[in-house]
Amino acid sequence: MVYFILSRIARAVITVALVVTFAFVVLRLSGDPALMIMGPEAPPEVLAAFRSAWGLDLPIWQQYFSYFGAIAQGELGRSMRDGRPAIELVLERIPSTLALTLPALAMKVGIGLPAGIYAALHRGGPIDRLVMTLAVAGFTVPSFVLGLVLVLVFSVMLGWLPSGGQDSWRHAILPVLTLGIGGAAILARFTRSAMLEVLGQPYMRTALAKGVPWHVAIRSHALPNAAIPTVTIIGFMVGTLIAGAVVVESVFSWPGVGRLLVVAVANRDLAVVQCILLLVAATMVASNLLVDFLYGYLDPRLRTGARAGAH
Amino acid sequence: MTLVAIEGLTVDFDGVRVLHGIDLHVGKGEAVGLVGESGSGKSVTWLAALGLLPGKARVGGRVKLEGADILGAPDQTLDRIRGGRIAMIFQDPASALNPVLTIRRQIGESLALHRGLSGAAIKAEARRLLDLVGIPDAERRLSAYPHEFSGGQNQRIMIAMALAGNPDLLVADEPTTALDATIQAQILDLIRDIRRETGMALVLISHDLGVVAQTCDRVCVMYAGRIVEEAPAAVLFDDPAHPYASGLIGALPAIEGPRQRLSAIAGTVPDPRALPPGCSFGPRCLHATGACTQAPPALTTFGDGRRMACVLAKYRLEPTAIARELVDA
Repeated sequence: MVYFILSRIARAVITVALVVTFAFVVLRLSGDPALMIMGPEAPPEVLAAFRSAWGLDLPIWQQYFSYFGAIAQGELGRSMRDGRPAIELVLERIPSTLALTLPALAMKVGIGLPAGIYAALHRGGPIDRLVMTLAVAGFTVPSFVLGLVLVLVFSVMLGWLPSGGQDSWRHAILPVLTLGIGGAAILARFTRSAMLEVLGQPYMRTALAKGVPWHVAIRSHALPNAAIPTVTIIGFMVGTLIAGAVVVESVFSWPGVGRLLVVAVANRDLAVVQCILLLVAATMVASNLLVDFLYGYLDPRLRTGARAGAH
Repeated sequence: MTLVAIEGLTVDFDGVRVLHGIDLHVGKGEAVGLVGESGSGKSVTWLAALGLLPGKARVGGRVKLEGADILGAPDQTLDRIRGGRIAMIFQDPASALNPVLTIRRQIGESLALHRGLSGAAIKAEARRLLDLVGIPDAERRLSAYPHEFSGGQNQRIMIAMALAGNPDLLVADEPTTALDATIQAQILDLIRDIRRETGMALVLISHDLGVVAQTCDRVCVMYAGRIVEEAPAAVLFDDPAHPYASGLIGALPAIEGPRQRLSAIAGTVPDPRALPPGCSFGPRCLHATGACTQAPPALTTFGDGRRMACVLAKYRLEPTAIARELVDA
């Protein structure tokens, strides 16, 4: 078990390091922060001063190592726009983002799981077909299209809800719906197919053959098995709590982490972009780690494998 | 005393008939073998009788347990019969056990459902059952999961689970097919020992004639969804009368004597969607005549406890019939 945990953690650290490296290289190859922030008309000596102030005149490998050294000491750099610590800028946006993504996650799980289970248990019936039609529609329509359609219907045509901004809880309804509908659709489809797979397994027939009533067989034999693949998808959704709303925040002018990321990339505000990416990678990796541990809890076959690996 | 009586049992999947009216009786304590190729309807017969087929299957006919109709009975009635009166074990024990539940939980479930046990009593009884089926170190192994056992051990656990409800009949659906030859023999010995101790009846579904010959009192040979011959085991293996049954038994290699080419039955099993007219075995039969394509022959009872479905049966089994017909003519 110790070996299992350590190996997963080591893999998580490597993943985060790779993401940060990738972001570091791509951002520096794709534009000059000095030109972006000072403007193209700025005199050359101003640009040179800006570059030397931020260490941008050093060779790229030296920048890379000093950046990693700083991260190791917990120093994530300062915004090139206003000089505030990048981490502060990012952290103050997180509550806004979570105000959208947490209710959306609840909606995904609250609708997607029961809908998928119900559809599988009534396979081929009218409700199954309805759920699957909605699910296909829900996950094929891109979120920016769905968001705009919701705005068109509920803000422009009906005038019931605001189309953007963050002044009251009513402003959150449309973005949460936009995020939640697509995720619920994905989860419903996934849960349905996981359930169908399990319902066709010989052990379900064994359970019924020994006199276990149908609903008990579903609850105590089918659901624990179907939970194993379903947990993967829910874990992925937990991983997108911070970064999953970039598009939706932009559509609804919601001042969260996603919008900060879009603005920071446009400005080549390196420290802020890297700080966000680091955070996103860390949450994604942390939720994957959580899923791995949950697997061990849900599936005894993996537990023994891990124990065997420790010897 | 008849324990289970199946009468005119039919099964249709998506409008295709796969079981064409099965008549089969199992007496108390009796061991009946069902043999036939894959798809001949051996397993479907018993899954249908216990209401275990998927919802799209249409089942007709009657199934009686000690005189009481159980086909289409309410779920509560069936849940008490399944596992409590008639238990079933399956071909691949590794996938027939739930991978995420402990053995104790899976055996205990039956004990709680059919014997009303709980708590410590379940644990004690589950341990006794594991001992009975020959799982060593039962105490500790109760908390293990199916993947921690071998295939043969898993089949023993399936048997322990089946015994948990004290059933009157065990339906063993190809119980040894997925196991090594040496393990097969051990499992069959175990089933025989348990029958001797409990007096439980057995239906052994198998395509292995040798397994059936050793274990069963009476054997039914199935072909394309029908019983084509039924006889006491000794009679059937010495003197199979139906051309299909004699073809099957003729295809067994002889243990003694010189090596010979095995005789095979030409052709393949017909598709249930396109059965030949009349007798389903007609196109593969060496003795087929024009009469065979008229209608499927009925399963008729003859002397020496034999039933057979073949237009030639009376000539084969009652030689005087030929003489009588000649005289009448």
